[in-house]
Amino acid sequence: MSLLELKNIHTYYGHIHALKGISLTVKEGEIVTLIGANGAGKSTTLRTISGMVKPRSGEVLYQGKPVQRVPAEQIVSMGIGHVPEGRRIFPRLTVEENLEIGAYLLNDKKLVEERKQIGFQLFPRLYERRAQKGGTLSGGEQQMLAIARALMQDPKLLLMDEPSMGLAPVLVDFIFETIQNLNRSGKTILLVEQNARIALQIAHRGYVLQTGELTLSGPAADLAAKPEVQAAYLGGH
Amino acid sequence: MLEGLLALLPQVIFDGLLLGFVYAMIALGYTMVYGVLELINFAHSEIFMIGAVVGVEVFRYLAPVIPNGVVVLVLALILGAIISGVMAMIVERLAYRPLRARGTTNRLVPLITAIGVSFVLQDLVRLVEGIWHNEFKLQMRLIPPLDGNFTFLTVFIQYKALILILVSLLMLVGLNYLVNRTKLGTAIRAVAQDMNTARLMGINPDVIISRTFLIGGALGGVAGVLFAVQYSTIDPYVGFLPGLKAFTAAVLGGIGNITGAMVGGLVLGQMETLAGTYLPTLTGGNFGTEYKDVIAFLILILLLLFRPQGLLGQVVKEKV
Ligand SMILES: Nc1ncnc2c1ncn2[C@@H]1O[C@H](COP(=O)(O)OP(=O)(O)O)[C@@H](O)[C@H]1O
Ligand SMILES: [Mg+2]
Repeated sequence: MSLLELKNIHTYYGHIHALKGISLTVKEGEIVTLIGANGAGKSTTLRTISGMVKPRSGEVLYQGKPVQRVPAEQIVSMGIGHVPEGRRIFPRLTVEENLEIGAYLLNDKKLVEERKQIGFQLFPRLYERRAQKGGTLSGGEQQMLAIARALMQDPKLLLMDEPSMGLAPVLVDFIFETIQNLNRSGKTILLVEQNARIALQIAHRGYVLQTGELTLSGPAADLAAKPEVQAAYLGGH
Repeated sequence: MLEGLLALLPQVIFDGLLLGFVYAMIALGYTMVYGVLELINFAHSEIFMIGAVVGVEVFRYLAPVIPNGVVVLVLALILGAIISGVMAMIVERLAYRPLRARGTTNRLVPLITAIGVSFVLQDLVRLVEGIWHNEFKLQMRLIPPLDGNFTFLTVFIQYKALILILVSLLMLVGLNYLVNRTKLGTAIRAVAQDMNTARLMGINPDVIISRTFLIGGALGGVAGVLFAVQYSTIDPYVGFLPGLKAFTAAVLGGIGNITGAMVGGLVLGQMETLAGTYLPTLTGGNFGTEYKDVIAFLILILLLLFRPQGLLGQVVKEKV
């Protein structure tokens, strides 16, 4: 059984038909990447899974259960963490408060403290900055914080929306290494990227999204080798 | 003449402090709701008024049976906080939440709704008091030791004034703790900063908004009870002017900013009392004490012209 399955999802913003029948699966333990141009519907797909927007039709199955009508704030508690596009750090909460609010659903203070320490071990930089306001962090630090914040509720499935956006190449490498490590330690990951090259390097499988429709799918290495993917997304010829 | 004016100063500052604390407590309700919803909840004046009415009623019924004024006051404060807090929650649930649920984006709609709720609450209280006591102009009945007083140096101090300052300080310190040090407070700030992302953390914004109205309403209720104790004459329309001034104080301090609301309230209280006392003498009687209200709003207009974000407010980027 797949951990996550989307069946013929149609999502609208008013009259804009953003997702036109998306079907995909993510199996436990995988890194699956969703690549596509700006405006293709990648973020909308993630938002539909995490409950931030509701599909007009179709099904989102998580661990076999339909969740497309469950409010976003309850989806989190089922084990789906969402690292949103643009990080969305709370700018006037401190780094530590950002992490604590990530653990909003936990009532065990000791557990919250433990998870915070895990986040600080993953990103020692955040420990140095723990008393600083989120808004004062650099882009890379904010991305670390967004990931650490999502990890506070120990999700099974992590949705990541363009973690490389706006980061210097060394930081991109570091973030993607971290994503791989998280996957090795047991997290299933659905990764949205415009930077298709690096996404296909770490992913097991991939899907290509074009104006609301999936046009290609398969093992990441196969996708990376396809001329049409190279031409459109890998800057090839 | 100057000596005479200076001799008055300590008293004026003390009186301004009382008024300032009342404004500060009401201003907090405006600012907290604005912080999470960007809504100017004009009905908050009436939440304050309801607290004042509760204060009068508690004293009316309990003062004859409980001989200690402090005990009665504590009961009045608790009841005022609960009733005003719950009323504020009900208003949010019935009037504002349905508008949010519909995704109304026009900012004028909730504003007009708030003004409408104000009228409804005023007339509701008038109706209830009319049926209950056949009058709606109420007089506070104070009992000892609240009506006592003493003179410290040159300042005439009533016991009830000391209590007002003490209770206000406790409430302000308590609110600061709640907002900055508790899980609920962090959630309130998170919702205020980014409601959608707060949902990704497992926070239900409606619950947090409701709690915000409860807390702001309870503070308004406490302010109302203290106002009734201090200034004695209460009617269903008594919330209007203090409410408008507290709103001014909230804008003065930077709307949405909690410390700003406290500072704004205290500053406005001083300005108004100073103006009320010195304006007649300084203008040779041309401008009487009644111009003190003009001063308050003149300050608001000048501030908005030169520092629209308020004293402690930051220039925030538009939410995207
Ligand atoms: N909040 C919104 N309101 C209206 N249209 C939107 C909104 N968000 C996205 N869209 C539209 O939906 C389509 C898909 O957007 P999005 O999922 O953000 O794409 P991507 O993440 O692949 O860049 C685009 O045409 C975009 O303009
Ligand atoms: Mg996107």
